[in-house]
Amino acid sequence: METNELAIKQFELDDDGHLKNLDEWNENVAKQFAKQEGIEELTDRHWIVINFMRKEYQEKGDAPSIRKLTKQSGVDTKELYALFPKGPAKKAAKIAGLPKPKGCI
Amino acid sequence: MAEPIEKVSIVVSHGSLEGVYPALIMANGARMEGIEATLFFTFFGLDAIIDNRMDKLSVATVGNSAMRMPGGLKMPTVLGAIPGMSRFATTMMKKEMEQLDIPPVREFIEMIHDAGGELYACKATVDMFHLDKKDFCPQVEEIISVGEFYEKSAGAQIIFT
Repeated sequence: METNELAIKQFELDDDGHLKNLDEWNENVAKQFAKQEGIEELTDRHWIVINFMRKEYQEKGDAPSIRKLTKQSGVDTKELYALFPKGPAKKAAKIAGLPKPKGCI
Repeated sequence: MAEPIEKVSIVVSHGSLEGVYPALIMANGARMEGIEATLFFTFFGLDAIIDNRMDKLSVATVGNSAMRMPGGLKMPTVLGAIPGMSRFATTMMKKEMEQLDIPPVREFIEMIHDAGGELYACKATVDMFHLDKKDFCPQVEEIISVGEFYEKSAGAQIIFT
């Protein structure tokens, strides 16, 4: 755990603890953030969500809503909450190296 | 630092579109933040979970002094009673909500349920309106008394809407 925290400390974070500079993100960074959020291993299903979020962010400038995730990523609401317990949109955004989603839904 | 909110219990007592949505948005928003959420539907709020009514909720235009016309001009309250006005306002609001990615009531209820939110119907109202468990959408866990509601709300912030 300590090594993870040290590794994340190399990066500049925003007030919510999310990565400040999108370009610094890579799969390793994602893994470190995941561990910090209590997700020990990122499975293929996690990656579908993470990649979908990054794609949406790059196209639209904001992370997608849970509804959009559910409808378009191929991972339904139940699974989303199972993959990212205690707040899927926010956690997935953090792991994906994106700022906290702005939307309410 | 103040303790973070861990659990909310939201009472839905109105059956109009604008009466139901704030509660659904708050419940879903709670789950998104990892906060436990329970919804308790009572009186006309039950319409939001009655299977053959939940798709037909409408905006209450009568007696709503905050109503605005398209363009932002204040609407004289008496116009709210004109036939078709509620339907018009409902269509407008649904269109705006769809653009904001706010789902229709049924889909929203499913989302909240799939997200781990719990939905209950109020026994007193169910009895008063002569309703039955089979009248409700499948996401409703059970019909509970107010006492059971308080039991289930242990440790929660109770929000009345």
